[in-house]
Amino acid sequence: MAEFTLPKNSKIVEGKTYDFSTDGGNNKVFSVYRWDPDSKELPKIDKYIIDLDNCGPMVLDAIIYIKNEIDPTLTFRRSCREGICGSCAMNIDGTNTLACTKSIQSVKKAVKIYPLPHMKVAKDLVPDLKHFYDQYASIKPWLQSETPPPAEKERLQSKAEREKIDGLYECILCACCSTSCPSYWWNSDRYLGPAALLQSYRWLADSRDESTEERLDALEDPFKLYRCHTIMNCAKTCPKGLNPAKAIAEIKKMMASRSLETN
Amino acid sequence: MESKPLSPHLQIYRPQLTSVLSISHRASGIFLGTAGLLALVVWLGSIALGPSQYEMTMSFLRHPLMLPLLLLWTGAFYYHLSNGIRHLFWDMGVGFELSTAYRSGYAVIGSTIALTSATWIYAFFEVIVEVIG
Repeated sequence: MAEFTLPKNSKIVEGKTYDFSTDGGNNKVFSVYRWDPDSKELPKIDKYIIDLDNCGPMVLDAIIYIKNEIDPTLTFRRSCREGICGSCAMNIDGTNTLACTKSIQSVKKAVKIYPLPHMKVAKDLVPDLKHFYDQYASIKPWLQSETPPPAEKERLQSKAEREKIDGLYECILCACCSTSCPSYWWNSDRYLGPAALLQSYRWLADSRDESTEERLDALEDPFKLYRCHTIMNCAKTCPKGLNPAKAIAEIKKMMASRSLETN
Repeated sequence: MESKPLSPHLQIYRPQLTSVLSISHRASGIFLGTAGLLALVVWLGSIALGPSQYEMTMSFLRHPLMLPLLLLWTGAFYYHLSNGIRHLFWDMGVGFELSTAYRSGYAVIGSTIALTSATWIYAFFEVIVEVIG
């Protein structure tokens, strides 16, 4: 049964306010979720008021500024700062996105920043992604083929075959989609979630892959695939503009046509 | 080791048109399948029991306090019907583009309002004819 409220150890309390605003400056409030594994305290919301003229235009620029200039204990993941690595995925202004491609200007009021929803928190904005990665590994995300490759050549695809994995291969596994999905919140122990399923379809749609039957067999289960109820929060939130809901529907169609063929 | 907290979810996630329509589909389904079905069974049962029981049930259902519930019932019915058709298209793999999903979502809201209004305008017209005639 789905738990709609937060467990006791996860209730959020008010934290400190760090006022670094300047007179007549371009000031903005950032409300940031904080939790320190070394303290016995509950998670809290710290407020940082900063002058935006002191930092770059993206939310990631602001939290790097806060870490460098105000509070070095603020913890978050980041790497490429250009939307290609997926490290800085977090919940900003109510939806999941990459801090590096989310402009501060696009948020009207205070910028509320939380870790990705319904995840175990390792520290501050860093969620524990182990289960998410385990689920990705479970769909066997690699080319499986019995036929040996042509001698001294790669396995070639026609243009049409290659186009079938457009909109799939671009996924950077940032986990924005899976952690936006209410069905994943309530059933992530057994439901694979949009990211792993989009990846699964990436291999089902690949003309060079020969284990389609085995891949579909592995998803034939009331939970792994079929907990998708076409809520579509995944497609709405994907920072790369991909559509996991559509990929999942394609898998469901493959399942249906397969059972029609065998019966 | 101290157990890790769970990050907030429902509490902080901004409601999306997509997710609100999805949970409404489930809520309207539950409402129709419990209270709605019960009312239908009582109504059909009163028909089987004869004219006097039927009159009694009808006077109960026509009570002004029942009107909001009946309005909710027709609204839930037309919403579940319209959104159910939207789901049938999805089951065929059609309408997954985000822009299409938003358009079909607004269409479902529009058709729910239109069908519910039409039903109630018709019902009031019938009542007026009954009173005058």
